[in-house]
Amino acid sequence: MSNPGVAIIGVGQTVVGEHWGRSLRDLAVDALLSAIRDAGSPRIASLFVGNMMAGELTGQAHLGALVADFAGLRGIEAVRVEAACGSGAAALRLGCMAVGSGAADVVAVVGVEKMTDRPAAEVTASLAMAADGDYEARQGLSFVALNALLMRRYMHEHGVRREEFAPFCINAHRNAVGNAHAMFPFPISADDFSRARMIADPVSLLDSSPVCDGAAAVILASVDTARALGRRAVRVRASAVGTDTIALHDRGDLLELRGAVTSAARAYEQAGVKPADIDFFEVHDAFTILSVLSLEASGFAKRGEAVRLGLDDEIGLDGRIPITTMGGLKARGHPVGATGMYQLVEATLQLRGEAGANQVRNAELGMTQNIGGSGATVVTTILEAVA
Amino acid sequence: MNAPHTWRQQAQRYLLEGVQCTACDHRMFPPRAVCTECGAASMRPHRFCGGGEVYSYSFVYHPPAGHEEFAPYPVALVRLDEGPLVAAQLTDVATDDVAIGLRVEMVTRRVREDSADGVIVYGYKFRPAIPPARR
Amino acid sequence: MPSHLMRPVREVGIAGYGAYVPRYRLPASEVGRMWEGSEAALPIREKSVAGLDEDVVTMSIEAGRNAVRRAGIDPSQIGAVWVGSESHPYAVKPTGTIVAEALGVSEYTLAADWQFACKAGTEALQAAIALTGSGMAEYALAIGMDIAQARPGDALEYTAGAGGAAIIMGPAEESIAILEGSVSFVTDTPDFWRRQHERYPQHGSRFTGEPAYFRHVAQAASDVFEALGTSADDYAHVVLHQPNQKFPSRAAAELGFRPEQVARGLLSNDIGNTYAGATMLGLTAILDQAKPGERVLAVSFGSGAGSDAFSFRVTDRVRERQYAAVTTRQYIERRVPIDYATYTRYRRQLAE
Repeated sequence: MSNPGVAIIGVGQTVVGEHWGRSLRDLAVDALLSAIRDAGSPRIASLFVGNMMAGELTGQAHLGALVADFAGLRGIEAVRVEAACGSGAAALRLGCMAVGSGAADVVAVVGVEKMTDRPAAEVTASLAMAADGDYEARQGLSFVALNALLMRRYMHEHGVRREEFAPFCINAHRNAVGNAHAMFPFPISADDFSRARMIADPVSLLDSSPVCDGAAAVILASVDTARALGRRAVRVRASAVGTDTIALHDRGDLLELRGAVTSAARAYEQAGVKPADIDFFEVHDAFTILSVLSLEASGFAKRGEAVRLGLDDEIGLDGRIPITTMGGLKARGHPVGATGMYQLVEATLQLRGEAGANQVRNAELGMTQNIGGSGATVVTTILEAVA
Repeated sequence: MNAPHTWRQQAQRYLLEGVQCTACDHRMFPPRAVCTECGAASMRPHRFCGGGEVYSYSFVYHPPAGHEEFAPYPVALVRLDEGPLVAAQLTDVATDDVAIGLRVEMVTRRVREDSADGVIVYGYKFRPAIPPARR
Repeated sequence: MPSHLMRPVREVGIAGYGAYVPRYRLPASEVGRMWEGSEAALPIREKSVAGLDEDVVTMSIEAGRNAVRRAGIDPSQIGAVWVGSESHPYAVKPTGTIVAEALGVSEYTLAADWQFACKAGTEALQAAIALTGSGMAEYALAIGMDIAQARPGDALEYTAGAGGAAIIMGPAEESIAILEGSVSFVTDTPDFWRRQHERYPQHGSRFTGEPAYFRHVAQAASDVFEALGTSADDYAHVVLHQPNQKFPSRAAAELGFRPEQVARGLLSNDIGNTYAGATMLGLTAILDQAKPGERVLAVSFGSGAGSDAFSFRVTDRVRERQYAAVTTRQYIERRVPIDYATYTRYRRQLAE
């Protein structure tokens, strides 16, 4: 079941942004080598690479061998993991299984995405591959549009106005200011939010995470190995994947992220904790509506009430449940296959007390939730500071 | 070259052909091998009538490749009269008329075009239902 | 002198019919504004324009579905799917097979596309009469459908519209209107043409009138009169091919028809010239309101050149079928006016 003995002993990340001068492999290697250095340069046995779109946007498959080769790790076990936007945390899940099972001693996990080399329409089409290719994407529904269908229905059923989603975006941007790796380290106002142009009604530019490049990595080892290496560790208390129908139209209940419900329940069970024990929550705010649905599915708000968490200022760094503490997907950026790893790197920094201006006080238990597609794959991870 | 891909799904795209579970009569679109209600793996084809109503909708201003020539266009989840939701474009409708609950009917239209010299992909879209004529 | 009337060995008639007209309308004044300024003489009020996701295939499918609904038959009984048009979306690959598949017609069917300028649809109808009249098929579907082409700035641009109709021929005893007989009359008259790979047609301007339209329409119609011993007075309604308002009005008058016999089937003022769709669409507009016992004369004209003329007698069954599908008038009234810029985009004339 759980892997109580797995710890994160090193983290690394690149700045998220438009890296015109850097390739997919440059980014992955950069983040990976930073993480290995941070871990005290242990010998790596296995590498898992989380990525969604290298085949379509870079013309590159076979990322396990590629990254191992260019990171100077030739010869090790190395494979790519793909679960759409959930690829990063899914790769971590496999890393945890490798360490937890004793199959590997020290494992590296890197998430990487290079999105800015191709024209917008191609990127849009590639992102839509996270949905049902034949019955959503080929019908002309972009990934943004699918989230817009969720948001429209949510507003309709719960009587929520678009403006009421603003606090999620404002909070993310406010937190990005203190994150040196964030793509948009500037604040925005409620006015900015209401005036933002539509990408797919009612999803506006300020509801949407950006197209960008980036890579983030962690090094995993057993708690015993971490102790032997003398590294400051963050323990992985839970790592759980839940799935749901690939297509929105097959959901019995459109507004319940069943995959998140399952994934979070499994994670709570693995860790033996409940939502009230969580000190901060890195949600998958690819679109504002996903933050809301994720909070509800994970037990932080009742159905139809997560918007209130924002309106009541409960999601800020000092709030009841701080979310997107380093800017989230909205303002740190959303290099798709790397996002889950960014969340884990940021949660690790919070739990190591290294989050600087964004430090959540007395953070002991942090949760991340990485979502693939419109909720078809959900990976929930619970991390704990090791005293 | 998407000809085989397009060809294979004609029954779905032209006729809204899904399946009905032989064990519990649950109707599904698109077809699948295992019933989402009862788990049985025995299906017979079922053609949906094409009537339904808008369950949720949006407008695509930034279309994916293959759909650029139609932008901007409305998309929707349509609740078919027989139960299932279908994701599709709306057509022949003014922006202001799109609303949750709008009665729609299936029509066959050009859905995408991969290139000017490639096969044309025809498929279902939905438009506001034209009410029956009165004498 | 031998009669030129054609009649199948087995009596047949219209078992079902269906119209389709897209919803966009370009006022002729917009074309005038663009090319002739205030001096423009407008041949019609407005014309129909297809949407970006429409073509002869999609429009034929909708008209065909309406026809199947009115016929009340299982589409697998249809033995031919024939589409007449001068704007098939593929140069090579039949429209007919796509339409057949979408209507759920059996795989054991004839399917092909017909080409004869604006009479391609009625030529397909003649073939459908022959196929059902010979007993080779119980039902046959003939469609005339076009998204008419016109070079920007050409006189044709005022009228080149989009739309058409589908007619299912079947046994007389199941018919809405029984065929009394038909005449086809063709000559090599180059009044209008489009060469392979050319985008827009060319035409002989005033040469399209007297030696082309008027001669062929009049000949085919009067041959029907002569063979059946009828005259204009015997018909409740007449529909002639309608490239504009003027031609069919004048031709009908010369055949002895009064304006009220012409009015119901004359749609060009509302939707323009739908080329291969025009005569058949006028016929569906008439059938939508026809009464049992009425006689209807339909005469097409296709450049190049020829006419098909048909005499129908409406049966008692018409009443139960008229409202089984969307009517021609409903499509015509479902109008959304657009400007010339939108029209240019919808006709895919940008950047070419």
